Amino acid sequence: MDETSNNDNIIEQVTTSEYKYGFFTDIETDFAPVGLNEDIIRFISAKKEEPEWMLEFRLKAFRHWQTLEEPNWAHLNYPKINYQDIIYYAAPKKKKQLASLDEVDPELLDTFNKLGISLEEQKMLSGVAVDAVIDSVSVKTTFQDTLAKHGIIFCSFSEAVRNHPDLVRKYMGMVVPYTDNFFAALNSAVFSDGSFCYIPEGVRCPLELSTYFRINAANTGQFERTLIVADKGSYVSYLEGCTAPQRDENQLHAAIVEIIAMDHAEVKYSTVQNWYPGDKEGQGGVYNFVTKRGLCKGVSSKISWTQVETGSAITWKYPSCILQGDNSIGEFYSVAVTNNFQQADTGTKMVHIGKNTRSTIVSKGISAGRSNNSYRGLVRILPRATNARNFSQCDSLLLGDKCGAHTFPYIEAKNETSIIEHEATTSKISEDQLFYCRQRGIDTEKAIGLIVNGYAKEVLNKLPMEFAVEAQKLLAITLEGSVG
Amino acid sequence: MLLNIKNLHVEIAGKQILKGLNLGINKGEVHAIMGPNGTGKSTLAAAITGRDGYEITEGEIWYKDINILDKSPDERANMGIFLSFQYPVEIPGVSMTNFMRTALNAKREFNGLPPIAAGEFLKLMEEKKKLVEIHSKLTNRSVNEGFSGGEKKRNEIFQMAMLEPAMAILDETDSGLDIDALRVVANGVNQLRTTENAFLVITHYQRLLDYIVPDFVHVLFDGRIIKTGGKNLALELEAKGYEWIKEQHLV
Ligand SMILES: Nc1ncnc2c1ncn2[C@@H]1O[C@H](COP(=O)(O)OP(=O)(O)O)[C@@H](O)[C@H]1O
Ligand SMILES: [Mg+2]
Repeated sequence: MDETSNNDNIIEQVTTSEYKYGFFTDIETDFAPVGLNEDIIRFISAKKEEPEWMLEFRLKAFRHWQTLEEPNWAHLNYPKINYQDIIYYAAPKKKKQLASLDEVDPELLDTFNKLGISLEEQKMLSGVAVDAVIDSVSVKTTFQDTLAKHGIIFCSFSEAVRNHPDLVRKYMGMVVPYTDNFFAALNSAVFSDGSFCYIPEGVRCPLELSTYFRINAANTGQFERTLIVADKGSYVSYLEGCTAPQRDENQLHAAIVEIIAMDHAEVKYSTVQNWYPGDKEGQGGVYNFVTKRGLCKGVSSKISWTQVETGSAITWKYPSCILQGDNSIGEFYSVAVTNNFQQADTGTKMVHIGKNTRSTIVSKGISAGRSNNSYRGLVRILPRATNARNFSQCDSLLLGDKCGAHTFPYIEAKNETSIIEHEATTSKISEDQLFYCRQRGIDTEKAIGLIVNGYAKEVLNKLPMEFAVEAQKLLAITLEGSVG
Repeated sequence: MLLNIKNLHVEIAGKQILKGLNLGINKGEVHAIMGPNGTGKSTLAAAITGRDGYEITEGEIWYKDINILDKSPDERANMGIFLSFQYPVEIPGVSMTNFMRTALNAKREFNGLPPIAAGEFLKLMEEKKKLVEIHSKLTNRSVNEGFSGGEKKRNEIFQMAMLEPAMAILDETDSGLDIDALRVVANGVNQLRTTENAFLVITHYQRLLDYIVPDFVHVLFDGRIIKTGGKNLALELEAKGYEWIKEQHLV
């Protein structure tokens, strides 16, 4: 047996794994008719008992969307999506407001249990408030009281539209206008629900705010919308986690996340995304087209994106920062793992507008199987941004020789005082490292998990504790194979 | 017999390296293997531990009366075979503590034991670190990352102490060590010696054998063991070199 073919064999075995979270909860669902037109949008808006201004916003976005073409510049390959073949609204039938966990549909709780993120558990995990979003409607929000004491608003987007219309109208679309891109326009027209968070001036949010998203009903696109506003001198750490059950059809997900940080405010936004990636043959899986953007509006404000991307068949996602306030800071820490036939095109944009603005980009790509993993980053320094700085580091790790890693760094510097540094590496998981681990009794799967987690540590360290543990497990699971 | 190697033939990428090697090791024994560079000493260690790419074309390796040729490297390790690497590899981002706990728990799982409690594990680490005079800081760092040559070798012996193998193979653990480090390493090994375990010490130099006194010394040349003797053979080799044995062998 020659050495290379044997190594390939091991790597092939561990990289042909199946999704662990494939199950389906049968909750009676309230569907919108298939397809998309103004009537559907009116239906969604009516279902949600929205005010007129919200409907107007949706209709404007829809009319704009109709004039747009789907973008095709990403390093992605997928069949054309038929937007008339999708159900744009699905809600669990329970309408009643829930006062306690006891009232939550037991099947829902069971679903959370399978994911290992039961609300019960979460409730007990001190310091984590959970707003669980299943198929478009927020089911349950915990820890509201603690938050209310500090004047923090953390609720579903629909609730915010009802109870805090002034805040929503003021900030919604400020960072990601519906004219921004094809998927942003689509989301603005049909978004179902999501989370809203407002931290008042000078308040340090005492809890990690957390939202778990799942896509559940067949053939329903999910269009979440998240809006986080951190007022002057405030701080919040926000966690987003996702898991979708196994499905054969591809499911479309086009979310919008908007963050606004005022003077001296700081927002940490962490994501662990493990939506269904499709099976070993590349059938099924979630299409994830997300627009995430933060605006450092005030001076010395700071926004950090940390993401661990392990799921989805297709990922199109560039959490970005607009550094408008002088001395503001943008950070992007990313681990993206692709296996089997997954495709990820992810990265960030850092737009330096204010003086002395700084940005840091650390991207760790891990490709296995026949997957493709692309980093796409843009650092733009505008003329007014004197003394702007950027540091970018993009590393790629390859498992096996059938996968691909690509790096597309774009730099546009319009101010001579700026300093931009870019480092990039590509490496393979080494046979020496694997054997070293195995000689210590650690099997190949565990060894790969260990080595990959070590490689991604710089990013994982940025995650809040509870999430870091989950993310480590996910990385291992994603690369886990059918080794006997 | 703890380890019994019969007529072992090993090829690397089609090239024959070991050509009928026989070696038997009993519990409680220390065997030394000496020989010029490139004769296949590390190849023997790789074959025993089951490394990919080392193809056994003929022969058998028995360990604790089990033919281990179809066992994976991790199974062999968990059965109690340990290799102190000639060139320990760096694993960035993986702390020694995490690495060691993963390894120890893998072994415990293999033996049907539950994972070790965190407190007990840390106590064990402290105890074993003393044995090889390792600084506490070293175990907070990533596996071998930025370790000096001597630290890497000590770290190998530390891991051996943690895992308590029945059959330990030390591949040139003495190379690149100054005399103090050599003494520390040898001391560690001697403290770990029991009537239940055995050591196979691969070395170039007699000086390690001043500290770890072998029961048998074997000379490996051209893929075979061409001479076996007691600890005095090492002294003789040191004084006369390998040429005289080679000549004897070729006659
Ligand atoms: N991966 C490899 N591919 C090809 N030849 C190898 C490889 N590893 C070792 N060899 C060859 O095998 C022979 C024995 O090597 P080795 O066992 O490392 O010797 P020693 O440890 O006794 O110095 C040498 O000729 C060496 O060049
Ligand atoms: Mg050698």
